Amino acid sequence: MASVASLVEDRDIVICAGSGGVGKTTTSAAIALGMAARGLKVCVLTIDPAKRLADSLGLEELGNEASKVDPKLLEAQGIDTSEGGELWAMMLDAKETFDALVARHAEDEEARDRVLNNRIYQQISGALAGSQEYMAMEKLFELHSDGRFDLLVLDTPPSRNALDFLDAPARLTQFIEGKSLQIFIKPTGLAARVASRGTGVVLSVLKRIVGFDLLADLSEFFTAFSGMIDGFQDRAHRVGSLLSDERTSFLIVCGPQGEPIDEAVFFHSKLVESQMVFAGAVVNRVRYRLGTRQPKVGDLARRIEKELDDAELAARLARNLAEYDVLAVRDQKNIEKLTEALNGEPVIRVPYLDTDVHDIAGLCEINKYLFADEETRVERATT
Amino acid sequence: MGRYSHATPGFLPGHPIRNNGFIPDFLDKRLLFVTGKGGVGKTTVAMALGIRAAMEGKRTIVCEVSATENASRLFSQAEVGFREVELANDLWAISIDPEESMREYVLLQLKVKAMRDMLFRSRMFTYLAAATPGLNELVTIGKIWELAQLDRKVKHGRKYDLVIVDAPATGHGISFLQTPRTFASIARVGPIHSQALQLEALITDHDQTGTVIVSLPEEMPVNETSRLESELTSDIGIAVDRVIMNALYPDSFTKSEVKTIGKLKKSDDPEVRAAGRAALSQAKRAAAQREQLERLRGMVEAEVSTLPYVFKPELDLKAARFLAEEIG
Repeated sequence: MASVASLVEDRDIVICAGSGGVGKTTTSAAIALGMAARGLKVCVLTIDPAKRLADSLGLEELGNEASKVDPKLLEAQGIDTSEGGELWAMMLDAKETFDALVARHAEDEEARDRVLNNRIYQQISGALAGSQEYMAMEKLFELHSDGRFDLLVLDTPPSRNALDFLDAPARLTQFIEGKSLQIFIKPTGLAARVASRGTGVVLSVLKRIVGFDLLADLSEFFTAFSGMIDGFQDRAHRVGSLLSDERTSFLIVCGPQGEPIDEAVFFHSKLVESQMVFAGAVVNRVRYRLGTRQPKVGDLARRIEKELDDAELAARLARNLAEYDVLAVRDQKNIEKLTEALNGEPVIRVPYLDTDVHDIAGLCEINKYLFADEETRVERATT
Repeated sequence: MGRYSHATPGFLPGHPIRNNGFIPDFLDKRLLFVTGKGGVGKTTVAMALGIRAAMEGKRTIVCEVSATENASRLFSQAEVGFREVELANDLWAISIDPEESMREYVLLQLKVKAMRDMLFRSRMFTYLAAATPGLNELVTIGKIWELAQLDRKVKHGRKYDLVIVDAPATGHGISFLQTPRTFASIARVGPIHSQALQLEALITDHDQTGTVIVSLPEEMPVNETSRLESELTSDIGIAVDRVIMNALYPDSFTKSEVKTIGKLKKSDDPEVRAAGRAALSQAKRAAAQREQLERLRGMVEAEVSTLPYVFKPELDLKAARFLAEEIG
């Protein structure tokens, strides 16, 4: 089965999606590194960098702009950059991106400052539901429009549900666009009624629950946003179409346990439903089976004892393999289920390595699996 | 109150627990948030803590905070919804749905069902509710607060000694716990302001409320745990009572045994070679995990305890019950 290179080489953008704690950041960085080693100019966008990984990439003072990883660090790991391969990385700052977006869409400086200085905006622009996800897409769009890179790899923000990412533009636009704002800002809308201290049943009930002050602040906030609706809408639309463009592909990253596998299956069906391009799945921390049958502990212990001459140790060794095999069988079953659900789309298994990955050398270790064919992977993981 | 399954007989172990009845003192609090990076096993640990507290005779409820339709397996296996469901003697569970919490909250404010329904039918309210950032989190915390009251606000509400919350993952978790303060400051006066202050007061009351951070013996989770602890303590002002290092491999093989095991590489028997390989990987991982455990101990203020790795295909209620006894 395919190497990850064949899944991403014809694309401009690869989006690594998956739930939290499955190794998305590491996988994204490894893919970017691997493609840079193949002569491409690659940028990886991450929101959640492991400190040591960031350090090892020389990224400690990174802001919201892409910076280049020193080629010497790559060469030190035997990566040839003479064919023009470059690795860039950036850490996404959702609030800064949001501010820049407000500045772009504001009619004038006064309108911009009215939003930026609004207390509600200041409190929520970083924490707004879907804003991190949307801002990641926004930055992706910006970098893609630049055309500076051959390939962009996006490590999606950590969320419980991978689907949050796909929903982000919809949720954000639900907030800034159309009906919800109209309710506030049309001449007879809530803002006007609050401002004129209107009565009406609903309004008075609302006041009772929310309080007049907060209602007034909220309507001021929505009103301040109103001048930007068209700009935001148009932009969100274009960002949305970039996601479904065939130059963009999604890679699902997951773990081998039941819950992440179920989520990967569900996410895949949503991708197909929304007509996005699905490249394949990467399953991290897989325990490959080290044999084809379940070890018979007593019998195996006796065979080990013959070689080690220590019955107690031999018994522990046999038990340990049996425990390992329970998890390996689980992984195998779950991955079979995933493969079936993906209708033959590629599933790449990265083994549970003996050590944590937090530097370029570790990424290279992972790439021995990501950028290999299935036969090589199995060979390497089991012998 | 609506449906609840009956307590499963024999769900809680009938025998006395192992560590001489030593009870972690944080179980004496009224409200406990279980938090940590995604994928560290928060839900399992939250459930294990709940089972343990129930074993100690505390009437306990474990809450899942589900902002998405994607409820955790553990909770869906137990068929828990937005109703207090009895899992065992003294052990209850609920999955807090923000929309339901909002309906309940508004009804408590307005007192009249017809008025609430009128409000929920109005487009103005629907849009305001959908558009106001952080509102879901606020009403969710409001429901948690309500569950923790001895004088419950909902009709026929049960009194709980302990409310355990399976909180959202780091990042989302911090902003989740910050919501009351944010709202208290946005709404300078009025009902939302005073209620937000009330929630904030409960969260920051170190006698009543605390957090347990779940971590894994790996580089990134350890770093994140240390950062999370300082954010919880200084930014939120909530007490961090315990850090639990979850899924620690057993230290099965000594260094000299590892040397001996190395010989198995040359065995002609593939299964013996496999046993050797599995043991060497295990030993390497276990050693690396102990380094991370030491790193964690050096990096955090709170006491660190450990839970063993469970060699089972799925972490179900049975696994949580096993872990409950290991909490010390």
